[in-house]
Amino acid sequence: MSTPQAQIEPDEGSESALSEAELTTVAPEALANTLGEYVQAWWRRIKGGESGALPVLAALILIGIFFQIESSAFLSDGNLVNLFIESAIFIVIGAAETFILLLSEIDLSLGYGVGIGGFVIAELIAPPVNFPWWLGIVGGVLVMGFLGLIQGTLITRLGLPSFIVTLGGQLGFLGIMLELANFDKTAVGGVIQIDPSTPIAKLAGSQMSPTLGWIVMVACVALFAALTLSRNRSRRARGLHTKPIGVTVITIGAVAAAGVVLLYICNANRSNLGVVEGVPWVIPFVLLIILAYSWLLSHTRTGRYIYAVGNNPEAARRAGINVKWIVTFGFIMSGATSALAGLIYISQQGSVSTAIDGGTLVLYAVASAVVGGTALFGGRGRMVNALLGGFVISVVYNGLALMGVSPAVQDISTAVVLIAAVSLDALVRRRAVVR
Amino acid sequence: MAGESARRSKMTGGRNPSPTLVTPTDTAKHMSTSEATDQALLSLRGITKRFGPVQALTDVTFDIPAGQVTALIGDNGAGKSSLIKTIAGLWSPDAGQMLWRGKPVHHSGPREAEEMGIKTIYQDLALCDNLDIVQNMFLGHEPMRLRQLDEDAMETAARQTLKELSVTTVRSIRQPVASLSGGQRQSVAVAKALVNEAKLVIMDEPTAALGVAQTRMVLDLIKRLSGRGVAVLVISHNLNDIFEVADRIAVLYLGHLVVNGPASDFNRQNAVEYMTTGRASAAASVA
Repeated sequence: MSTPQAQIEPDEGSESALSEAELTTVAPEALANTLGEYVQAWWRRIKGGESGALPVLAALILIGIFFQIESSAFLSDGNLVNLFIESAIFIVIGAAETFILLLSEIDLSLGYGVGIGGFVIAELIAPPVNFPWWLGIVGGVLVMGFLGLIQGTLITRLGLPSFIVTLGGQLGFLGIMLELANFDKTAVGGVIQIDPSTPIAKLAGSQMSPTLGWIVMVACVALFAALTLSRNRSRRARGLHTKPIGVTVITIGAVAAAGVVLLYICNANRSNLGVVEGVPWVIPFVLLIILAYSWLLSHTRTGRYIYAVGNNPEAARRAGINVKWIVTFGFIMSGATSALAGLIYISQQGSVSTAIDGGTLVLYAVASAVVGGTALFGGRGRMVNALLGGFVISVVYNGLALMGVSPAVQDISTAVVLIAAVSLDALVRRRAVVR
Repeated sequence: MAGESARRSKMTGGRNPSPTLVTPTDTAKHMSTSEATDQALLSLRGITKRFGPVQALTDVTFDIPAGQVTALIGDNGAGKSSLIKTIAGLWSPDAGQMLWRGKPVHHSGPREAEEMGIKTIYQDLALCDNLDIVQNMFLGHEPMRLRQLDEDAMETAARQTLKELSVTTVRSIRQPVASLSGGQRQSVAVAKALVNEAKLVIMDEPTAALGVAQTRMVLDLIKRLSGRGVAVLVISHNLNDIFEVADRIAVLYLGHLVVNGPASDFNRQNAVEYMTTGRASAAASVA
């Protein structure tokens, strides 16, 4: 991708430590006034190392082409929808880990957090307790949020390293999960079935009608367009720098196109017998989580403080930020989100079992976040990264499974993808740092 | 930004030391006790601080007037850091009193000192590299609107403040602080203090580790800051910078405030002598 066009303009502002070209690599959209300038600045930024989501998207396309050549079923409507459903859990645990990585910490326990969340939800809605489905979800989220609070408190109040606390947490959560299964007499062999008629089972197992899908999609795109345009107008009215109108139009167009493609794929009949069509409920569910978390990170004080603490805790402390609470909050969110992943897990499986492999799940959580572009060392990354990263992970798994390779080879390949993503990030960053 | 015009009007008269303070250098040690009280923003009276057997500060008495740059100089171990940390509220003095606009104050922590308007800019500047200029300036004090961060209000205010400080070298206030030069980072730290209603800005070695052009930029910034009516207390080892920017100079020697007066009373020679020996020879003080 690197072409010899890395020419650097002369340094005009002598007082700036950065040349014009270098500056545009870190903040292109802040300087561009027209669509053309914006595209140029964006391209320079990619070459300068701040490539954002582009390498992931490029890798995704390459992997997709490879798998399509190897197995023609890969890009079929049925398999693509399957992919969306499979990726849901990776995306959500990736989002959970993103909170922690942004804070420059690590959470190794959330794999079994998924297990605990799943068990609590399943047991709360099953016969002896018989809570309504939504109360079951609330219960699972509260339990895991509380366990996150305990871990966060140990880390912040006692100053323990999160690596050790959550490593202990991983083992402890496994024990809690097994105990939950033992405790419940209905869990035969450590398995609790989910009643297929509950909304919880329907999350991954049922879909919107095609018409409803179109209505929701059009409404969402219209809302997005309206919000973007009105925000731009108010900024322009205040005399603040605004993105070129062309960029806005292209952004809205891209969102609309993505929505149409998604709906087109999901609304096709993907069953060989009978009719299965429409958007699985889990897709809007996951998108809603990512949207809400993105909003939290970019539009609230708490979100801003997460970035500040992840980069420079001392500066954050001096700015009056309660650093300990922000870190604790990150662990609460991570725990609560792993319970939501547990919800998706039990919905996909139709049951919850002590066989759940939390040790592998937590690796996927880190992989989803990091493959998507979130830094391991804090302060850099977005929720969207988890969306992309989780999708890449499930594409690799799904594609390899379609090719019929053994689980051993699947694991090795996924490891290679993870290492490759981290190396690419490190290389690109090194290039950006060397001035 | 309410009291801005008031501060501005004060500053026009406050550029030079008050005419009532005509004090010869040799008596400067006790000169400020009574005369300057009515206009001093912060007055220190007999501040004493001990750390176990170490006497860090002994009976330090001087005034920091609004709208002026006061330089605090002294050799290593003279007590400069102990003094600014006392003012910044990191610890309370063992003896002595601090008067804020003539009223005794006793802040029990850095937070209280900050709320009063005392902002300390340490050498590390305490900026978050991954956040942009606007985000850094409002960190910890973000205005909210409809339960969301009010980015537009922040951006407008940030732009206004940087304009008043004549910080024009930054291309965009939305660029991350990681991309800024040392002088620009210093500017952001000062602007951050200013948007948070600073009345007294303490700067610890603001020009250390800066090149010539960058130093120039920071010195101009300090002048403009005091020009806005803000009291500035600068700690520096660099006498060139001190003489360029300071309205008043206070010299610490082994925890004692040995001399304190208008910068015009000092020259390089006697300043160095005060710093190294605690007093100036006759030849030096004449010059």
